[in-house]
Amino acid sequence: MIDLSRQAVFIAGVAETALGEVRDQNEYSMFALAAREALGEAGMTIKDVDGVFVNYMGDEGSVQVAEYLGITPRYSDSTDFGGAAFEAYIHHALLAIAGGRCEVALVGYASRQRTRRLRRMSIGGRDESTYAQFEAPARLPMPIGNYAMVAARHMHEFGTTSEQLAEIAVAARRWAAMNPKAWSRDPLTVEDVLASRVISEPLHRLDCCLVTDGGGAIVVTTQERARNAAKKAVRVLGAGESSTHWHMSQWRDMTVSAGAVSGGDAFAMAGIKPSDVDFIEPYDSFTITVLLALEDLGFCAKGEGGAFVEGGRLAPGGSLPAMTMGGGLSYNHPGALGALLLVEAVRQLRGEAGDRQVPDAGVGVAHGVGGMLSTSSTVVLARD
Amino acid sequence: MTEQEAYGDPLTRPFWEAAGRRQLLIQRCSSCGSHQFYPRPFCISCQSDGVQWVPAAGTGTVYTRTTVKGEIAPDLKPPYVVAVVELDEGPRLTTNLTDLELRIGDRVRVSWRDREDAPPFPVFGPA
Repeated sequence: MIDLSRQAVFIAGVAETALGEVRDQNEYSMFALAAREALGEAGMTIKDVDGVFVNYMGDEGSVQVAEYLGITPRYSDSTDFGGAAFEAYIHHALLAIAGGRCEVALVGYASRQRTRRLRRMSIGGRDESTYAQFEAPARLPMPIGNYAMVAARHMHEFGTTSEQLAEIAVAARRWAAMNPKAWSRDPLTVEDVLASRVISEPLHRLDCCLVTDGGGAIVVTTQERARNAAKKAVRVLGAGESSTHWHMSQWRDMTVSAGAVSGGDAFAMAGIKPSDVDFIEPYDSFTITVLLALEDLGFCAKGEGGAFVEGGRLAPGGSLPAMTMGGGLSYNHPGALGALLLVEAVRQLRGEAGDRQVPDAGVGVAHGVGGMLSTSSTVVLARD
Repeated sequence: MTEQEAYGDPLTRPFWEAAGRRQLLIQRCSSCGSHQFYPRPFCISCQSDGVQWVPAAGTGTVYTRTTVKGEIAPDLKPPYVVAVVELDEGPRLTTNLTDLELRIGDRVRVSWRDREDAPPFPVFGPA
């Protein structure tokens, strides 16, 4: 294994792209502007980038993005991990940098899924695939139906309730109320979530994330290069990733996500325990996504996630601040949220989060989840 | 019927031909005895080539379910139930339940939903 005590890796710059509804830019200009801003924080320019880690930017996205930026990278990665891609890219960039294959990795993405009206529930699967033959005919609305079946199983095994899931959406909204960039900032109650329309039982509309435009850029580099950063660089302590299934029929234990592996690996590399973590940015595509992450990363025991999130534990003032920018549930969700989880985690660790700043934030976790709750990737970050 | 006989791919075609006769087939490994579904060219438990199609008993248990409230495709009118059913042999299928009242843990038995452009699809009702 790479020895991070000898070859430390840092995030030296972060930036959001334009968010919400973006009508005056395309995806490439959005990402290029965010990249320039993030590199500015790192004390660098686009010409310093020698590694490109992007996806969901068209065919061979890393190639198109590099060309748009006018660079010829020596390392590229477009691992297709859905919403979890960007935490996986930190994992990959960490190894590439520690292995000496690149020095300045640019990670990120931009989407206009809202203004382009790209996001529709579908039945999934192409004509010849096993998914098309054996799963799609059941007409599960993808992806909410997949997550609903996970929630239903979790409720059956552990007695988790819709009220407990709603607490997660309420916590996200309370954070969003303190973030001027959040899409949904109006007060929200558990009763509001339960009164919203049931789309795929047991999940309601307000158990689901937003559909917005947006994206982010993250600069990963060596300790030496991070010394020139205009802002305080944040250390990458550990990372991990895994996947469990594509077809729902193939996921043997639907109450355990790939986060059990990705989290265990990330914490082991970091040499920390969940109790050392000051805040978490969990991927909140749906409320159940957060519940599984908290259990699988070890913040509570399997099956105890429902009780764990009660009483505002994840909300401002709670003992485990989570979704501190408002999450995909209330801030923005541009289709692959993972990049923005990293941006927020870095800002919290730098003490830049303004009204929503977590006091004494020293260690934070960004946890991506993608596909049909298929993929997970975990990054542990620390103030140096 | 010609179209139905051509449905699927070379590996899955025996399943769909049997479905046309309303018979549920799964793969069984002659080396380790485990069953699997969807089909693969070898046993994913022991890697043996000795996988054969065998009839399933057609009974199982509801592993999870969701009632879908909005229309996704014109051939299933909401509300309807999507479920994962665990067959008694072990493999699971993503399927529909024909009875909205069936719950997780309930015993179920296969039946078949006729389709216009494809062989019948296995669904499950009360055992």
